[in-house]
Amino acid sequence: MPALVIAEHDGRTLHRATLHTVGAASACACGIHMLVAGHDCAGVAAEAARVAGVSRVLHADAEHLGDGVAENLAPQIVALAGRYSHILAPASAFGRNVLPRVAALLDVVQISDIIDVLAPDTFRRPIYAGSAVATVRGLDAVQVITVRGSAFEPAAASGAHADIERVTVTADSGLTQLLERDMDGGERPELGSARVVVSGGRGLGSRENFESLLGPLAKSLGAALGASRAAVDAGYAPNEWQVGQTGRIVAPQVYVAVGISGAIQHLAGMKDSKLIVAINQDADAPIFGVADFGLVADLFDVVPALGGSFASPA
Amino acid sequence: MKVLVAVKRVADSNVKVRVRDDESGVELAGVRMGINPFDEVAVEQAVRWKEQGVATEVVCVTCGAAACGDALRTAMAMGADRGVLVETDLGFDLLPLHVAKLLLAVIRREQAQLVLLGKQAVDDDCNQTGQMLAALLGWPQATFASGVEIAGGRARVRREIDGGSETLSMPLPAVITADLRLNEPRYVTLPNLMKARKKALATLRPAELGVELSEHLQTLRVTEPAPRAEGVRVADAAALIDVLKAELAR
Ligand SMILES: Cc1cc2nc3c(=O)[nH]c(=O)nc-3n(C[C@H](O)[C@H](O)[C@H](O)COP(=O)(O)OP(=O)(O)OC[C@H]3O[C@@H](n4cnc5c(N)ncnc54)[C@H](O)[C@@H]3O)c2cc1C
Ligand SMILES: Nc1ncnc2c1ncn2[C@@H]1O[C@H](COP(=O)(O)O)[C@@H](O)[C@H]1O
Repeated sequence: MPALVIAEHDGRTLHRATLHTVGAASACACGIHMLVAGHDCAGVAAEAARVAGVSRVLHADAEHLGDGVAENLAPQIVALAGRYSHILAPASAFGRNVLPRVAALLDVVQISDIIDVLAPDTFRRPIYAGSAVATVRGLDAVQVITVRGSAFEPAAASGAHADIERVTVTADSGLTQLLERDMDGGERPELGSARVVVSGGRGLGSRENFESLLGPLAKSLGAALGASRAAVDAGYAPNEWQVGQTGRIVAPQVYVAVGISGAIQHLAGMKDSKLIVAINQDADAPIFGVADFGLVADLFDVVPALGGSFASPA
Repeated sequence: MKVLVAVKRVADSNVKVRVRDDESGVELAGVRMGINPFDEVAVEQAVRWKEQGVATEVVCVTCGAAACGDALRTAMAMGADRGVLVETDLGFDLLPLHVAKLLLAVIRREQAQLVLLGKQAVDDDCNQTGQMLAALLGWPQATFASGVEIAGGRARVRREIDGGSETLSMPLPAVITADLRLNEPRYVTLPNLMKARKKALATLRPAELGVELSEHLQTLRVTEPAPRAEGVRVADAAALIDVLKAELAR
């Protein structure tokens, strides 16, 4: 039986996390179908049909599916579930919200945040904020899984010509209404998919410092901005920038940690980055335990010099 | 409105747990245990509603071994009215699906109108139980809540999503899972801990709730994460610039 990947999208484009999820699905099953559920999202279905490895796109289109509300999406997925050995979604806020609801309706467990597929029923996943890794075997007939994108190579965005099948839409639950959605619509790359992330911690001391020191550095590196929880709680940075166990989990090519001590909950969100650079004035800060390159210095002395030395990418 | 709060007893989040040599799990013997940080936030929210007259009663529930009753005492010291311990001894891991089924039975018994949980337990990091419970109840769900207002039989919930936040409106009864930013939990004082000892704590078995649980998942082993290669210290900003330039030119 094939695997079903639940597409994450905003009605216009497929979210990159979906491609990583397809990468994981290809290690689980022979054949991958993708569900694109939404409203007026034929463009996304067409994009999904080009993703390498996807042989069929199921397109469910209705107004009540437009906001990605779990109460409407879960029954839609359940209605299609019988044909699949695996149901996978990104371990993003979207997947984490919807997929456990699907699993419970199917009376099966969900396996969260897998980082490895050892066999079609056997997976590895971090526990205790990444202090340990559990190898688990699912005993249910259908494996319902959320995938940590950074652990899997993305499928190519083009190359396939999958069939698109319009599927019957399940009823509107009428339960939950989306009133508003505020997205961090800056010009910077998106935190979850940026090649470089510059993150600041409590060491920045104020919101003004955070902006005036890290803003130019991120700009010159073409980086997304991230933050520790302490920096977010102190109001230096908005909460959608938080990296860690409770925030975003990122694994960019380069992660620059500035004035961050490196608490286990922060490391949980970034320690799989390819290259980690840390600047901290405390030589014993735990962040240096995961940093490939560490500079023990006062950030106020060194960050301005860093920012000025990279030609701003176009 | 009766509010039910699910609390889990977990290893203190400041403790760095160690993996057992035989890879059977993490070593919890001698480790300080406490209430899951997200559940503390959930309890705080429920107690504030009680204080504001929005909630009439706050019942805290936990599932697990007898020792998990500690988490209920903490929740009651924070202001929950009474506790229910669903004592389990399964011979296999207690998973979010199991907990959701047990909570479902307790909620049916208690006729609660609102259920609060933490968004995730910091031991298994599953982030599932609230969503599963909402599915089993057929109720709306608001996960990762950072702000909740109750009025006119509805909940208005601000929730954290990737790259921003959104606001949902839903009819009660509903299930809400708390993010850390929902509030700042109060400290538990010794006098309140003493008072909590006098509050009612009922112990139930899954069978008394009419719930039968089966094994769905096996943990084959638990290992240390792969270590990162030893890093180097650079002397100054210039050296760091060289490193970054070399990496970005790849
Ligand atoms: C359940 C739970 C979940 C959590 N989830 C997260 C999470 O998702 N993400 C997260 O980040 N945290 C999380 N935390 C919080 C975490 O435990 C830490 O409190 C937090 O990461 C600390 O942030 P920080 O490193 O910015 O601050 P601090 O620990 O205060 O560190 C500040 C650092 O800045 C350095 N510094 C100060 N001034 C300078 C200077 N002038 N130049 C250079 N260096 C300087 C200091 O040496 C210090 O190392 C969580 C905690 C709990 C309990
Ligand atoms: N054994 C348990 N007893 C009571 N509540 C639990 C238990 N396990 C999980 N929960 C609740 O479900 C939330 C999410 O847990 P999890 O899905 O395991 O990450 C926790 O924050 C608790 O509120």
